[in-house]
Amino acid sequence: MSATATFRIWRGDTAGGRFQDYTTPVAAGMVVLDAVHRIQAEQANDLAVRWNCKAGRCGSCSAEVNGMPKLMCMTRLDELPLERPVTIEPMQAFPIVKDLVTDVSWNFAVKRRIAPFRPRPPDAPDGTWRMAQADVDRVMEFRKCIECFLCQDVCHVLRDHQRHTEFIGPRYFVHAAALEMHPLDVEDRTEALRREHAIGLCNITKCCTKVCPEQITITDNAIIPLKERVADKAYDPIRAILRMLGA
Amino acid sequence: MTRFGATARRDAWWLQPLVVFLGLGAFVVYATWAALQGKHYHFGPYLSPFYSPEVFGDAGRSWFGPEPHWWPAWLPWSPALFILWAPGGFRLTCYYYRGAYYKAFWADPPACAVGEPRARYLGERSFPLILQNAHRYFLYLALPFIGFLSIDVWRALWFPAATGGTTLGIGVGTLVLAMNVVLLGGYTLGCHSLRHLVGGSLDRLAGRPVRSACYTCVGFLNRRHMMWAWMSLGWVAFSDLYVRLCATGVWTDWRIL
Ligand code: SF4
Ligand code: SF4
Ligand code: FES
Ligand code: FES
Repeated sequence: MSATATFRIWRGDTAGGRFQDYTTPVAAGMVVLDAVHRIQAEQANDLAVRWNCKAGRCGSCSAEVNGMPKLMCMTRLDELPLERPVTIEPMQAFPIVKDLVTDVSWNFAVKRRIAPFRPRPPDAPDGTWRMAQADVDRVMEFRKCIECFLCQDVCHVLRDHQRHTEFIGPRYFVHAAALEMHPLDVEDRTEALRREHAIGLCNITKCCTKVCPEQITITDNAIIPLKERVADKAYDPIRAILRMLGA
Repeated sequence: MTRFGATARRDAWWLQPLVVFLGLGAFVVYATWAALQGKHYHFGPYLSPFYSPEVFGDAGRSWFGPEPHWWPAWLPWSPALFILWAPGGFRLTCYYYRGAYYKAFWADPPACAVGEPRARYLGERSFPLILQNAHRYFLYLALPFIGFLSIDVWRALWFPAATGGTTLGIGVGTLVLAMNVVLLGGYTLGCHSLRHLVGGSLDRLAGRPVRSACYTCVGFLNRRHMMWAWMSLGWVAFSDLYVRLCATGVWTDWRIL
């Protein structure tokens, strides 16, 4: 590894901005966030960057490194070609606050629009439930989400088409799947998924799955099964007839 | 909205969509050509999978006899046209292929985090792509094909004997057709709609051992659905080509047994 590397960091705010190059010493084992911290400490004290755990757990250091949505704390420098400047930009799908910091509050507003967990009446007189491990295993994957919003950032429906008012994005399909497939939950979210959450806008191109740092199989295990449930209710005439016949 | 192709990505992001474009494009061109030939689709006990089951035709196992008199004059006669739309529609509406061809053929998006050519976007929510929801119906049509093609493998075990009648044997063609069933089975039985049908639609599978087992098996194949999709696609075209080359005398089928 070369002893120094150049980082091309986006600097700016709501009024606009530009890329600025910073060259800084690098060492084996460093991650992008280390380099950013070093630049912040030595060259650009006013550089805004959000981070917290440095361990890929809190989901706050999301940015775009060489064009790909990544957690800066989990992107090792030895994975990157350092001969050319490494570009670091804020997430494109959300409004900019300053430098690498974006306003992700839209996501939290979306979450409030999804019908919350509603369990069936308790199974036992003492107010507790019984679940089989196998049935819970299926939704465990979805609960690994750290809300880094990298999947929301890469999703072209939000990123390119800016459909934030209609489309909840992959993170919230994962959330909806965790609730909808939960063995205790009795709420039916399929009609909301079809209409208000616009699951039909997802064209299953799997970029969300590709960038998820928790390796959640977002498209195959959350979105497609939800699309199938929506199809059961809205797009399957044979099922509709069977339902009418009470089957 | 970013410019078409705009990205800060440094890797060869265009490579994957290009490979998909060339792979699917080559298949569609070959399959269309082969389906319109109407001849050289059987050889000895082998029947090309593009022409199976033979609804009308002269391979000797047709359900309803030779070319029907009502076949329109403007359309080249080919028994493949009776059946190929079903597995074709199954692939066209497959969740994996959809995602792949939206990228490779329609640049929607060209690759992850790469700018798109059009601002307008409808997704799968309105016509025409809302019709992709019919995938489960194509699944119901595609499942019997595994049976038909398995019967073809069985028939490919029986070669004409010198004394008349047939004798058990295995040719390279038999193995080609058998491999085709394995790959097509791995693809079809790993379908997302099937996964939903056998158990995915339920929140509780505990206490339903048969559906649990089916869900686990389909899920196992589903994890590698993309791999099965490509292997079966390539192999089904190769199987047709193999039978075609034997039938035209370009290639000699080798009897193993
Ligand atoms: S698979 Fe769907 S949700 Fe995921 S990035 Fe693609 S369009 Fe967005
Ligand atoms: S699903 Fe994955 S990429 Fe999306 S917010 Fe959760 S952890 Fe991040
Ligand atoms: S700093 Fe917490 S995930 Fe990167
Ligand atoms: S999802 Fe690919 S065949 Fe059904």
